[in-house]
Amino acid sequence: MAENFYMGTYDVIVVGAGHAGCEAALSSARLGLRTLIFSINLEAIALMACNPSVGATGKAHLVREIDALGGEMGINIDKASIQSRMLNTAKGPAVHSLRMQADKHIYHIEMKKVLERQKNLDLKQGEVVDLIVENQTVKGVITKTGALYESKTVIIATGTFLKGRIFIGEWSYEGGPSGLSPANDLSENLKNHGIMLRRFKTGTPARVDGKTLNYDKMIEQPGDKETMPFSFMNDHLHKSRVSCWLTYTNKDTHSVILKNINRSALYGGQIEGVGPRYCPSIEDKLVRFSDKERHQLFIEPEGLNTDEVYVQGMSTSLPEDVQEKFYRTIPGLEKVKFIRPAYAIEYDCIDPIDLNLSLEHKKLKNLFCAGQFNGSSGYEEAAAQGLMAGINAVHKIREKEPFILDRSEAYIGVLIDDLVTKGTNEPYRIMTSRAEYRLVLRQDNADLRLTEKGYKIGLISDERYEKFLTKKKLIKKEMDRVMTTYVSPTDINLFLKKYNSSPVKNRVTLLELLKRPEITYNAMSEIDKNRSEIDDRITEQIEIQIKYSGYIEKQMQQIEKFKKLENRKLDPDLNYSKIQGLRIEAQQKLMTFKPLSVGQASRISGVSPADINVLLIHLEKERRKNQR
Amino acid sequence: MEDTIAAVATAPGESGIGIIRMSGEKSLNIINDIFKSKSKNKLSAIDDRKLVYGHIYEKNNIIDEVLVAYMKGPRTYTKEDVVEINCHGGMISIRRILELLLRNGARLAEKGEFTKRAFLNGRIDLSQAEAVIDLISSKTDKGFDIALNQLEGNLSEHIKRIREQLLQIIAHITVNIEYPDEDIEEITYENILLQINDITKKVEYLINSSETGKIIKEGLQTVIIGKPNVGKSSLLNALLKESRAIVTEIPGTTRDIIEEMLNVNGIPLKIIDTAGIRETSDQVEKIGVEKTKESFNKGDVIIFILNAAEELTNEDFMIMDLLKNKKAIVLFNKTDLPVQCDIEEVKKRLKDKKIIYTSIKEGKGLKELEETISDMVYTGQIKQDNPLLITNIRHKNLLEKSRNNLNDAICMLKRNEALDFIEIDLRNAWESLGDIIGESITEDIIDEVFSRFCLGK
Repeated sequence: MAENFYMGTYDVIVVGAGHAGCEAALSSARLGLRTLIFSINLEAIALMACNPSVGATGKAHLVREIDALGGEMGINIDKASIQSRMLNTAKGPAVHSLRMQADKHIYHIEMKKVLERQKNLDLKQGEVVDLIVENQTVKGVITKTGALYESKTVIIATGTFLKGRIFIGEWSYEGGPSGLSPANDLSENLKNHGIMLRRFKTGTPARVDGKTLNYDKMIEQPGDKETMPFSFMNDHLHKSRVSCWLTYTNKDTHSVILKNINRSALYGGQIEGVGPRYCPSIEDKLVRFSDKERHQLFIEPEGLNTDEVYVQGMSTSLPEDVQEKFYRTIPGLEKVKFIRPAYAIEYDCIDPIDLNLSLEHKKLKNLFCAGQFNGSSGYEEAAAQGLMAGINAVHKIREKEPFILDRSEAYIGVLIDDLVTKGTNEPYRIMTSRAEYRLVLRQDNADLRLTEKGYKIGLISDERYEKFLTKKKLIKKEMDRVMTTYVSPTDINLFLKKYNSSPVKNRVTLLELLKRPEITYNAMSEIDKNRSEIDDRITEQIEIQIKYSGYIEKQMQQIEKFKKLENRKLDPDLNYSKIQGLRIEAQQKLMTFKPLSVGQASRISGVSPADINVLLIHLEKERRKNQR
Repeated sequence: MEDTIAAVATAPGESGIGIIRMSGEKSLNIINDIFKSKSKNKLSAIDDRKLVYGHIYEKNNIIDEVLVAYMKGPRTYTKEDVVEINCHGGMISIRRILELLLRNGARLAEKGEFTKRAFLNGRIDLSQAEAVIDLISSKTDKGFDIALNQLEGNLSEHIKRIREQLLQIIAHITVNIEYPDEDIEEITYENILLQINDITKKVEYLINSSETGKIIKEGLQTVIIGKPNVGKSSLLNALLKESRAIVTEIPGTTRDIIEEMLNVNGIPLKIIDTAGIRETSDQVEKIGVEKTKESFNKGDVIIFILNAAEELTNEDFMIMDLLKNKKAIVLFNKTDLPVQCDIEEVKKRLKDKKIIYTSIKEGKGLKELEETISDMVYTGQIKQDNPLLITNIRHKNLLEKSRNNLNDAICMLKRNEALDFIEIDLRNAWESLGDIIGESITEDIIDEVFSRFCLGK
């Protein structure tokens, strides 16, 4: 075998340039560290390997948070957006969720451009096959062509590439997503370095030729008339330019699938990986929900300059002939031509409980991990971890405290705490119901929650910070005005009657009126003559903060309680087996998890409230001993 | 801010008065909400470390006459503000006052929590810390809890079913929130309201059953009946000797009644006898059939003592007639003497009743009696019509919390508030119920979502 050769030294090396890798590399380069990012193929930078959309419930929250912290995803999706919809508008503001259809190619090209132009950041096409490890510490990487790069930290964001295996019906082969090659050697070498790996599975439906579809037989779903950008940096977003389409399977579809189910990789038993429950294949849906007469398909364009469309709802591991046959039973798809068949992909990933909250691996120092490699699923989940891993790799090098968001601060905190503290048995997807403090963690206030933190880290440009401060100031000013502006019964009782709102006897402030569910800020304009023209994003905050103040305060109190345990820090080297009164199971769990706070400890399964009490007593005992 | 906690400080029945202790920031506010002193002034800093006489009120009704001591932190046991209420030690009174405190914002203290706070706040020293840990990590004492657990197995089944029903609604709402675009019908407010009303009723039922649960906490109402000289008082004395006797004075209208409380296999027996059990005169004759009936009706269980060494009399037959539909245990006492009474006749008349042969004088048959009583309670023979027993004030508290969340949800539904707010209330209700049975994992909701609804790309 040929000798390896030295090719350079960096502070941070990122392995993989998907949604996690890009955010990781950008944040470390932006924080001033020399960064190198690898991709097996540079055409795969920010590749949207599955659905052509960004956002939706929970995920939209993540995108806004990434943006508020100075990440790139929000800005990039605004550039690539071809349709935008706000979901859940009939529900409360906490679950309003923006979703955008993306032009996949624009998304990729724009992100690639940003990487290329980023100071301190080098891009390289190449396959990393091994880590350089000394004393359980990562020192660099080696590529398939023998190049050796030294670095202070390495971030692994290999997505589904790691020992990827593609399944289409009875056929399977080694491969990465979208016809790219897999990373096999790295997988073996990670194991050699003591990193435990496991197999997860995911799948993606077929891409078909949009010209062969009959849209007359489908239900059109256009974008919102009023569009709204993801990034807090953008004031406007261009109009929606495409529609999506709905259609449904029927009995014929189901009989074709069921007749051929033994030819599916999943039911044929070839796939051993664990797939996510929220992305079942169509054959899975038929078996598990046999009484359901039809299943919904959602046709999404892949971009402006392509005829390819994505058939959401139809991911399958059936062979191509069966795929085409059952697609053609669906109204509007009778003459469908396939461009890329649906496939399932199995890949290596870690169990995220092997990570610290900073996303550093517990076994190998200076090794950070992000994205699907950590057992998550989704572009947004990956990007969020990438950003955090990038920041923390920098903090590690600079010997700064890790940057950790807790469950009350951000969905990012919920995501990472869930992964690291609770672990996951399937590719993990964020959901608003995973957030205990949902009413506070809204997508509309992500900037108010996080921009200050991003600024302290150093990822916020002066322009963004100025914008943020101005917004804050305007909110306060308008809030003060609404709080102190009184209106008299004679001026408003007619107005109130119009909105079925009970009349008032004495003068009231605008704030008191706004508390009523039936009175909106906009409606109030007719009795609030002195108001000045204010941006919708300001009035949105006024309205939400006033209307839901009761609920928000209740959650704030819960958060205060939660924070107390979160702020009781634990020494990662604490020897739990020496703590008297702690049950054996709890001792073992705590020894393996090494939680950073009492709060985190309390969320580990197998640690009871009594154990936490014992722990608290122990901490106090130690504190007093040290005082002496 | 730490919660304000409250608990009964005195062991049940050990003394004529009971002390309820409360610690935490809100202590003063809470006591002022329910206590009125003679002078009608609210308690304040000037009352620090003074015993103040007054009454505890629930709405406008006097609950008890009490002495209240307010002790301002940090010079207290827990270093927090502490309030101690000295009341008449009757179980009912103590319990109602504690419940009032909990309803007004205090939380029931966990085991060892006052001591834990005392330690964490630097009040007690290091050597005592070990004891605190033992206290927290120790298993609760023996058989009583085990028996109680069996009893509550029933409760936990019931709660599981209620949670299951609630989970279905939460999962449906969750899927509507998380997957607004999927082909899944939106749950209607009418549907949620219908089901939540039903669930609320079930929770209410459990809360009300805590009255039955009093058996465990406040005694099984036990009537001992029989002719003079059959051994009623000997039985009582024998039982008293075996167990720790509790003599309680219940204030109020029944002040003149002396009740005996004793503990049989973990079950407190409250021996009722309006005429006084130690009297040896013929009760049936004296107080008449009506009175006897009345005392039977009060009893959860009746112990009927016969003298095996004598023949049956009219009084015996009359009692047997009255016993027909009652939970009763029949004792043939004085079996150390030659048997004279027609045992077969008694068996014929009281077919389904447990019969025990005793010689109280020689201590024979007492164990069997005790076991019979506890069996009857734990197998639910007593109070069969209402087998769910909420015995635990913590449980009752959680049930009430859950009920309040459900009522909040109902209120929100009626006001047509957004689905996601309703979901939060329902989830809180679901979690409170889970806390009772030690299950509160939110992953359950997500599991339910994916197992019930067909979702995905």
